[in-house]
Amino acid sequence: MVSGQPVRTARLLRMSGIGKSFAGVAALKNVDFELRGGEVHALLGANGAGKSTLMKILSGAYEGDEGTIEIDGQTLLVRSPADAKKNGIHCVYQEVDTSLVQHLSVAENIMLDRLASSEGGKWISWGKLNEEAAQVLARLGLQIDVLRSVSELTLAEKQLVLIARLFAQEAKFVILDEPTAPLSMEEADRLFSLMEGLKAAGIGIVFISHRLPEVFRVSDRITVMRDGGVVMNEPAAETDAGAVIRAMLGKSFEEEYPKLEASIGEPLLVTRGLAAGRRVRGVDLTVRSGEIVAVVGLVGAGKTELSRLLFGADVAEKGTIELGGKNILPRSPAEGVEAGIVLVPEERRKEGILVRESVLHNLSLPILRSLSRFSLISGAKERRYAENVIGRLGIKASHPEIATAFLSGGNQQKVAIGKWTSTDAKIFMFDEPTKGVDIGAKRDIFRIIGELAQQGKGILYLTCEFAEALGLADRILVLCDGEIVRSFDRGEATQEDLLYYASAGKEELA
Amino acid sequence: MNNRLLQFSFKYGAIIFIGIVLLFFSLYNQYFFTYNNLADILRSISIVTFVAIGVTISLTVDGFDLSVGSTVSLATVLSATLMVWFQMPLVLVIVIPLVFGAIVGLINAFLIVKVRIPDLLATLAVMYIVSGVHKTYTKGYSIYSNMQMQDGTKAPGVMTKEFLWIGQGKLLGVPFPVILMVIAVVAAHLFFKYTRLGRQMIMMGGNEEAARLSGLRVKRVRTYAYVASGVLAAIGGILFAARVGNGQVDAGSPMLMEAVAAVFVGYSVFGAGRPNVIGTFFGAILIGVLVNGMTMLNVEYYTTDIIKGAVLVLALAVTFIHLNRRKNG
Repeated sequence: MVSGQPVRTARLLRMSGIGKSFAGVAALKNVDFELRGGEVHALLGANGAGKSTLMKILSGAYEGDEGTIEIDGQTLLVRSPADAKKNGIHCVYQEVDTSLVQHLSVAENIMLDRLASSEGGKWISWGKLNEEAAQVLARLGLQIDVLRSVSELTLAEKQLVLIARLFAQEAKFVILDEPTAPLSMEEADRLFSLMEGLKAAGIGIVFISHRLPEVFRVSDRITVMRDGGVVMNEPAAETDAGAVIRAMLGKSFEEEYPKLEASIGEPLLVTRGLAAGRRVRGVDLTVRSGEIVAVVGLVGAGKTELSRLLFGADVAEKGTIELGGKNILPRSPAEGVEAGIVLVPEERRKEGILVRESVLHNLSLPILRSLSRFSLISGAKERRYAENVIGRLGIKASHPEIATAFLSGGNQQKVAIGKWTSTDAKIFMFDEPTKGVDIGAKRDIFRIIGELAQQGKGILYLTCEFAEALGLADRILVLCDGEIVRSFDRGEATQEDLLYYASAGKEELA
Repeated sequence: MNNRLLQFSFKYGAIIFIGIVLLFFSLYNQYFFTYNNLADILRSISIVTFVAIGVTISLTVDGFDLSVGSTVSLATVLSATLMVWFQMPLVLVIVIPLVFGAIVGLINAFLIVKVRIPDLLATLAVMYIVSGVHKTYTKGYSIYSNMQMQDGTKAPGVMTKEFLWIGQGKLLGVPFPVILMVIAVVAAHLFFKYTRLGRQMIMMGGNEEAARLSGLRVKRVRTYAYVASGVLAAIGGILFAARVGNGQVDAGSPMLMEAVAAVFVGYSVFGAGRPNVIGTFFGAILIGVLVNGMTMLNVEYYTTDIIKGAVLVLALAVTFIHLNRRKNG
């Protein structure tokens, strides 16, 4: 029930000594985190730093391996999202649609708990329900018609409704996971004033965001995580953006991932006017042997589509592809592989590996021909080969027969790469290979790519992580709306340059 | 149901169920657990086992072939007419139905791979076409030695002794179809375990797009799977004609259901969770034992359909409860 008293007693939520591993890889190591009622506590960190894992443990989506969670000194058992909610801990994820019932009204969504539970009898008093929902909105200073259907609302409004709901559910601690990412400036402002309202009601808020200016604007305290541990925890007033960035990044990219030297030779891959559909519109590019060429672009620039054309996963409508002086135009991945060009696709679990199958069978799939005689697979040969790849790439798997589903994201990615390393491919393409990969595996992946270049392979590295492109590539091509708009040699560009050209022609870039 | 019990029932449930059924019938009727009767059961399932291996193959590539039953019927009447109407030599009597089985598989593959009709719908249509073809071919009559033709004459040929031996003969006291079946089961098992094509089929069934992006020629592999399914169904049809000694119309129609039931019982044999030949074999045994036992109990043949359907539902329930749990867990 929505109670009359405006201020909920200030409480202290404390997570201490939290540890969590996935498939033997530590994601969190001895993490302490505190949240007070009536405080906005920003949680920052690069991708893979462990902040979402920590919050998933707090909200009951994961169970921690070690550590305790307590409220005002009382230890809680949080084993499921339901446990967390019982203790007043709520989480608002980015995908607001999954948490709302689309065809119901705003009022019904806000009072969903009441409708779902049996208390209050069998009859619904619509008048009372709508009025109470309106009261909740009014208390939070929101102007949304409670009778509107949720499906008609904008994304930002849906988010506000969701927050109003957890207010009605008497939340005491709220996790906002990158709530501003999809919002415009004005919408974000509206959210911030709502957060002020929650604060005033004594609710503690964990605020996750990548936008530092707004973090400093709304937060009372800032915690920065890196590599599964806390590296900074200070009142917002006593630090600044520079210090936070340094804490987030740790060492610079080059220090962290030193580039392997490779000698660059003749052009291997040359495309002219390559085009298909709306996403790839006349791409000319060249990759030389031993050269790492990065193609950077924002999401939707056409990177994935370009790589699929080169590989034969999709078929080009126009243009030519030359590989080692021969004209190829692969019409299927099988033809691409035969021509000597391979792809580590972006969707690792759907496209890169077969999750139900063993590491062994995943690794051997592209080269079954060379592992078999008269169509019969030589088990011994296959195993020797797989063990070799597993050792060489540092794949952490208890044994080769284990299903790849049980490996960590980084190790799955190494399998997706490893299956190609013994083919005769001359060109290796990587589409966002570090997505969802922990730091250790990331280092391994960059090393593997560097070694492939040293062997004289040509590398096409497609990414929206500009820092990776700057650290790794000999040459950077900026892709925007399906066209290459700019080329930089190593050391020529900064992140700002890349962002500028990658978003050229788009309105947001003023 | 708690988790461990579910795990256990998924792993050993099918085997234990087979054991219980065997025990029940053995206690009920002393004749049941004799060499002769057991050999009889194995002979009776040999035909459906061939069909079920075909279904296992199409399910392995994540497809489905509904046309196997009518392909059995087609092969049955083809082999019979080739002898009775045309007096062809044994080799052709066997090879021609196999070729037609392969053609049915090619048609299925064409519709599925090229025209991109979903497997179930494409093979449903083909099932009716093939069924219609084989009835049109015999004008709806069953084929038997020296049958009366429509023009009043007698058909010149008979079902030859050599041909009938395939279905009725014994080798060292073991029925010949049983020997064929064991060879087929072992060969299919080795095919999936040790050959490149078998491995490719398994990988493709796991996730076709990922397999394609690994350089697998998925269309080709799928085509092979449907051709294999058609040929295996044709073998089933030939064995059927040889066993009963004539060419019955619609002989194969009950076999689709039995074969599919066998394959899904096989999903849960030893907890495989996917189509597998050994499991399919056990599934076929279960169905054979049930039918045989119920015949001894004087259950009418039409009632056995209820039991067969129930076995399929049970197998599907165990399989999908388990698969869904794994997906959500």
